[in-house]
Amino acid sequence: MSYQERQSLVSLISSILINTLYAAYMAGRYPQADPYSPEVFHFWGSFFLILIPVTIVAKIVSYILFSILNAIATREAEPPITDERDRLIELKSTRSSLYIFSLGFVVAMAALVFSLPPAAMFIILLCSGLVAEMFSDISQFFFYRRGV
Amino acid sequence: MSKLKIGNNIRRLRFEHSEMTQQELADRVSVTRQTIIAIEKGDYAPSLELAFRIAQSFNVRLEEVFFIIHNPE
Repeated sequence: MSYQERQSLVSLISSILINTLYAAYMAGRYPQADPYSPEVFHFWGSFFLILIPVTIVAKIVSYILFSILNAIATREAEPPITDERDRLIELKSTRSSLYIFSLGFVVAMAALVFSLPPAAMFIILLCSGLVAEMFSDISQFFFYRRGV
Repeated sequence: MSKLKIGNNIRRLRFEHSEMTQQELADRVSVTRQTIIAIEKGDYAPSLELAFRIAQSFNVRLEEVFFIIHNPE
């Protein structure tokens, strides 16, 4: 398994872990109020705003840990450059994840049209973001393994 | 229109050039070793620029490195 394949798998696992742990932590803070009350919207606003820096920091930490552990286990250094194949794979996987997130956005808006509570819309947005991220990592792994 | 299958003689050319390693070729054309492996296996069709750089590194013409695999139909 190449460095990039391992990196895709680590990114996939860290995405699932970060989102699951963060959602589990925040679920305990969900306001027991009317679903349309300002507190609920305040909760979801802060949920997404805090999620962004948490994800960035956790991803950086997982990336550093992966580099160290990978270097110890395989004695293989990180590829020094990003070449045209890496860029093509990144573009293709980003495109796939954008399609998934766009679909999730449409479903989230449909939830509002069908009079579901705002929490349903935010949960769909969160899930589609996670699924899009996972799909990006899986497609990167697939492209590195099977070819572009 | 069906996708063209492109083959290559990189492995043979490497051995004809003092058993050049994949890493040495990768360094010469500024890509990663994984990309050279993918090209050799036919998993990745390089850009025209990279194809020319590979041919240049072996001092041969492009057609001597890459060729079209015709389907027997």
